[in-house]
Amino acid sequence: MNFLNLLKKEKTSPQNNVHYDRGMLVFENTSEVIQAERVLKAKGWAVRVMGPPPEIRTGCDLVIEFPLIEELNILRVLQQANTPPLQVVPVSSPLLQPVDLFYMKDFGPYLMVRAANMKLTVDKESQTIVNVSGGGCPDVPYLAREMVGKSLKDAPSPREIGHTLCGYALQLAYEEMNRRCSLL
Amino acid sequence: MLAIVGTVPDRYFPLQAGPVSWQNEGLKIENNRFFVNRGTPALLAAASQAGQVLGLDTLYGFLVGDIGLGDGSRKLYEYLSHELPNSPFHTITFHYLQPDVDWHNKVLFAIEEMKDRPILIADAGFMYAAKMSGQAPAYDLFTPDVGEMTFLADEQAPHPFYTRGFILHDHNKVPDLITRAYEYDNAARCLLVKGEKDYVADKDGIHHIIDVPSEEAMEAIGGTGDTLTGIASALIASGMDIKQASFIAAKANRLAGYYAHPTPATSVEEIIEQIPMALEETLKEYCD
Repeated sequence: MNFLNLLKKEKTSPQNNVHYDRGMLVFENTSEVIQAERVLKAKGWAVRVMGPPPEIRTGCDLVIEFPLIEELNILRVLQQANTPPLQVVPVSSPLLQPVDLFYMKDFGPYLMVRAANMKLTVDKESQTIVNVSGGGCPDVPYLAREMVGKSLKDAPSPREIGHTLCGYALQLAYEEMNRRCSLL
Repeated sequence: MLAIVGTVPDRYFPLQAGPVSWQNEGLKIENNRFFVNRGTPALLAAASQAGQVLGLDTLYGFLVGDIGLGDGSRKLYEYLSHELPNSPFHTITFHYLQPDVDWHNKVLFAIEEMKDRPILIADAGFMYAAKMSGQAPAYDLFTPDVGEMTFLADEQAPHPFYTRGFILHDHNKVPDLITRAYEYDNAARCLLVKGEKDYVADKDGIHHIIDVPSEEAMEAIGGTGDTLTGIASALIASGMDIKQASFIAAKANRLAGYYAHPTPATSVEEIIEQIPMALEETLKEYCD
């Protein structure tokens, strides 16, 4: 197969104008949109203000399009600037929700929690994080390096030091693990 | 020659392109040393170990530091888009890179300009970008785990984080996920799905299911999927058929795990040490 031709064909197809790696930030009012845009542009992100699709039924008449993979980092920056969005959705399918199903595996002395593509494993007795696996974004090996070997209480959370959607998935696994361990 | 493209979890690691060697349990490219741990370094270490068994000459790396900000990945994408057209690689494995559809497409265009089309393998972030771009069929092999397989099967999901619940419920029905991924053109020509059972499949169906030896703890150990992709990459670069290489790699990776006597707290380095013995034994059993 000549994939150059495939790419050219894809480029002419209207349905491929959808930006699959972009997300939308939805805000309460226009002044929040303007402030968030200013904050994100000042940090060097390629963002743009646009009208919301019909599926979005909350917020004002403007949304900010942003690189979806960097959702965790962008949410942290907006939180620090006191302009958190009401909602974050993928441009390609605005009705999609973040994963909310968890898969547990009990290894006896160890417990593993998986959220989407990320897995976190702890020693049940000491509540030490013994492994982080899965994922494909570059902050995963970094998060593993910073978290493994530390207790759940002392380890930095992915929300604090992660940057991507894989980091966000690990945050969900980390929260679920904390909840489970509090019941042990 | 096999080239491996990915990132190192060190923000200040410079962009490097050159032969990679493994010395004293650490990897080295140019004058920069880095440790295995997991991610692309684990893949490189496994490919290096397998390459020694197979007699591969040089293992070439394209590496850059990135901790998830995407800055390093974008530098590497740009470098590849200029350098790949004149490169001689037989096989290229793309790994931990910040998923970026526009840059992914530029790299794919650069590969199209190469004199001989290389075999293309994608895993981790680059595989996410390949699926999001709609170009998955341009690849020869994807190596997803089960969580990533659900993402490939969900034609709407832009990332595993947004995989729809009704598909996630099917995580034990890998064959159905494989069928669905091919139905929507979101799979490479061949799939090696890593998990409790490993599956080798293409659009015609499942060719191999590998479930022994079975070490339950492997699922929890970060980097065991990377080692599997590394072994498969080396086997394919040695000239082996992709489906056969995927089967042998899955067997050898499981055997390396078995020899390491793992617990969920085992590090991937302990498994990588066992790869030469495991691969030699697997090749003897299935290829002699």
